[in-house]
Amino acid sequence: MPAPDQAVIARRKEILNALQAIVPGEGVIHDEREMRAYETDALTAYRQLPLIVVLPETVEQVSKVLKYCYDNDVKVVPRGAGTSLSGGALPLEDGVLLSMMKFNSVLDIDYANRAVVVQPGVTNLGITRAVEHEGFYYAPDPSSQIACSIGGNIAENSGGVHCLKYGLTTNNVLGLEMVLINGEVIRLGGKHLDSEGYDLLAVMTGSEGLLGVVTEVTVRILQKPETARALLIGFPTSEDGGRCVADIIAAGIIPGGMEMMDKPAIHAAEDFVNAGYPRDVEALLIVELDGPEGEVDYLIGRVEEIARANAASHLRVSENEEERMTFWAGRKAAFPAVGRISPDYLCMDGTIPRRELPKVLARMRELADKHGLGVANVFHAGDGNLHPLILYDANKPGELDAAEAFGADILRLCVEVGGVLTGEHGVGIEKRDLMTDMFSEADLKQQQRVKCAFDEKHLLNPGKVFPVLHRCAELGKMHVHKGQLPFPDIPRF
Amino acid sequence: MEATLKPQSAQDVEDAVRWAAAEDQPLEIVGQGSKRDLGRPVQSAHVLDLSGLSGVESYEPAELVLTVKAGTPIAEVEKLVDDNAQELSFEPMDYGPLFGKPASRGTIGGVLAANLSGPRRIKAGAARDHVLGMEAVSGRGEIFRSGGKVVKNVTGYDLPRTLCGSYGTLAVATSVTLKVNPKPETAVTFVLTGLDDLDGVKALCEAMGSSAEVSGAAHLPSWVEGDSSRTLLRLEGFQSSVDYRLKTLKDLLGGYGAHESLDREETDKLWKDVRDLAFFAKRSTPVWRISVAPTAGPQLVARLKAAIELDAVYDWSGGLVWLTCTDGDTHQAKIRMALDAVGGGHATLVRADASTRSNLDVFQPQPAPLAALSRRLKEQFDPKGVLNPGRMVTGM
Ligand SMILES: Cc1cc2nc3c(=O)[nH]c(=O)nc-3n(C[C@H](O)[C@H](O)[C@H](O)COP(=O)(O)OP(=O)(O)OC[C@H]3O[C@@H](n4cnc5c(N)ncnc54)[C@H](O)[C@@H]3O)c2cc1C
Ligand SMILES: Cc1cc2nc3c(=O)[nH]c(=O)nc-3n(C[C@H](O)[C@H](O)[C@H](O)COP(=O)(O)OP(=O)(O)OC[C@H]3O[C@@H](n4cnc5c(N)ncnc54)[C@H](O)[C@@H]3O)c2cc1C
Repeated sequence: MPAPDQAVIARRKEILNALQAIVPGEGVIHDEREMRAYETDALTAYRQLPLIVVLPETVEQVSKVLKYCYDNDVKVVPRGAGTSLSGGALPLEDGVLLSMMKFNSVLDIDYANRAVVVQPGVTNLGITRAVEHEGFYYAPDPSSQIACSIGGNIAENSGGVHCLKYGLTTNNVLGLEMVLINGEVIRLGGKHLDSEGYDLLAVMTGSEGLLGVVTEVTVRILQKPETARALLIGFPTSEDGGRCVADIIAAGIIPGGMEMMDKPAIHAAEDFVNAGYPRDVEALLIVELDGPEGEVDYLIGRVEEIARANAASHLRVSENEEERMTFWAGRKAAFPAVGRISPDYLCMDGTIPRRELPKVLARMRELADKHGLGVANVFHAGDGNLHPLILYDANKPGELDAAEAFGADILRLCVEVGGVLTGEHGVGIEKRDLMTDMFSEADLKQQQRVKCAFDEKHLLNPGKVFPVLHRCAELGKMHVHKGQLPFPDIPRF
Repeated sequence: MEATLKPQSAQDVEDAVRWAAAEDQPLEIVGQGSKRDLGRPVQSAHVLDLSGLSGVESYEPAELVLTVKAGTPIAEVEKLVDDNAQELSFEPMDYGPLFGKPASRGTIGGVLAANLSGPRRIKAGAARDHVLGMEAVSGRGEIFRSGGKVVKNVTGYDLPRTLCGSYGTLAVATSVTLKVNPKPETAVTFVLTGLDDLDGVKALCEAMGSSAEVSGAAHLPSWVEGDSSRTLLRLEGFQSSVDYRLKTLKDLLGGYGAHESLDREETDKLWKDVRDLAFFAKRSTPVWRISVAPTAGPQLVARLKAAIELDAVYDWSGGLVWLTCTDGDTHQAKIRMALDAVGGGHATLVRADASTRSNLDVFQPQPAPLAALSRRLKEQFDPKGVLNPGRMVTGM
């Protein structure tokens, strides 16, 4: 992290007074004991007490807090529910932590236009809860949906099992209200589908709290599918499983969810919840088909055929809702299940082209030997998003370091085979130093220039996402030489 | 001296833009010249013609991922994916007919730069929703890559999507990676006849809020065919599913009166006409493209009809209003005022002569802080202002 600014820390009292004048009463927390609740997010290996915690309740307060910080060169870390797995909401010793969790109202539900307007602290599941009695839901479904905030979802461009068919957060957001670091309030989009002008909604989604503070969100809601059924399919090899996934997609079928587990994960899950998973398979695939009843029945038959053609050694189709939930129970409990077989684990998150799956799994086993640690795999098979769980014991000297080195090797492997460093958890501080493995200097500079357009003083969430902080002035330099007119030999008029 | 530069590689594009930046020589970025009449006319002497940057870099149908050079003709891209039983789900509109130019022209770079999306927008998203990665050259003359070649990625800022709809004013795309989807097995259109605008859009919204998974929802008032209005709902997918959902629609909307359904062939033709605005092609009057909340569409048109003469059609369940002012005036102020009165949205003047387009705000004017932020973004990508100057906003 960037070295804390001691001058700012020395001004703590003055900053506290100023913030208390903007946000009255319990909206400002400065007691060390109370601030402990904010010292980490779900990447608990990293902890840091913030300078001060502020919980504003109105957009005006957010605007004033940010303007104050801007005018006085104080850093700000926005925070939602704190479920980030990449350390995105990790506080700074010399920075204000701005919690948005008092922004928790659903402002408008518009069924005719299939749009819902909410404040950023509303949970992901809270949106669905608000509309489900009318048969609607909000599609992106991170596993943390019961806790994570929609503001955090915007910042991380979160997704879940439904992504392959229904898209990520970015595909389901219609509008935003946000406050820039200088206190200016800006609206993007609305209930209409398209806006002309630069697509700032796109750049904000997934910007990990570095560009602005989201104060209102308009999302698209969908009619709940009439029905959903799932298949549980076991394969003797991961190659067979991988081919089956490819064949399903080649047949024109985009399942509502398609998840795979490897043998260690299957065993851990089965031991934990007795979902009825076969133990004698190398790969287990859950394929969920959702939609109109007639369609789902038809597609179940098609997927069964495809599975058999790919050497499936185990195949069951859910005949009722209870059975479908049982199929999912093991997958959904995979993380805690692995937590039972290992004192600690690191959950990695990278994406690969699906065809590389067998190669990547084999390489991962070699890497496990190299680092002397176990690994269990659960992943979103439809889109190639892997979640290797690296098993280690924090109490054994050196194991955390080994686990982190193993994790970095896995992510580099993902990039090497044509994939990316993160499919859904974000870069944060966790993968920050690996960014140079995926992007060139020029690539990263252009991204940081976007930051300069929004926050030229680097006050919003600094130290996250980018390995080196360039000053905007030095990023602004242009290295252009007086040139000859290029292509002297091409036709021109 | 006026020049047309015709790069053959990303490296050439980098050289060209670097030269332009060093010499303060603005460039007009051109794919195939198909959307020349869209947006504001560019103020530049030189043309950077990207048609030489053409061809497929990689295509993995099973991964649903396609990477092509940005100057590849859109017609070639569409044929390639179609041959593999896939499609670009955003169904890009073809501006040829509307501008009185040949159909099926334009490049994939231009499609993304203009964020062209057709009727399937309501279900599948816009062009920007299907972009996964991009290689581009900034106005500084620097090649950069962003995004990736996999369908799920949140590594770094989403620049590829940000560049969509920027009309080549931030960077010149040299290669793009897109998400493709399986092509539906079949399609039908459920048609209600004789509804007024308000009821037509109401029926569309009801269908969109049902589980019928509608992939096209348009209302064509009676002026289009001269006898009766038609309210159209498209269903696509596997045959058994389409049959089933068609029944759902009949049960849901039967109460709205006379209805029929059209087979695949008629469906394909009809939605192509809706997509490309065939019914406006015969005229030369100004055309506006207005994006609003779906239920606000008919309100907007009713409000405007009290003041000006116009013909309108509705796509996107009422959320996309195309209108033409039949007296030939653009009525910019009235249209933008009416838009504010129905809850806001975006109005773009897509057809008018060049002098009209240089003299008024083609795109929706932005509030000051947003305009300032957009300007700062432009300065970061293109500090010398050499890429398509004036194309979106005067002096920028
Ligand atoms: C058990 C578990 C399972 C998970 N499963 C998934 C999953 O399936 N898919 C997935 O994508 N993620 C998953 N996550 C990760 C996490 O839940 C998501 O990234 C989520 O979107 C974070 O939301 P939050 O409200 O907790 O944000 P926080 O953790 O509080 O913050 C995350 C980032 O968002 C920024 N931020 C928060 N609110 C705002 C705002 N209003 N304005 C601007 N910036 C803001 C912060 O600065 C930070 O950079 C999981 C996490 C856990 C613990
Ligand atoms: C002096 C002068 C003379 C001209 N003469 C002609 C002429 O005779 N015939 C003619 O057809 N045109 C001519 N043009 C250019 C014409 O205005 C362009 O055709 C128009 O800007 C859009 O190009 P397009 O049809 O290829 O559209 P598309 O390729 O569909 O492009 C649409 C938009 O996308 C942008 N764009 C296209 N490709 C990329 C990319 N790879 N990266 C980023 N942005 C991109 C374009 O700049 C434009 O804003 C001339 C321009 C000038 C200045």
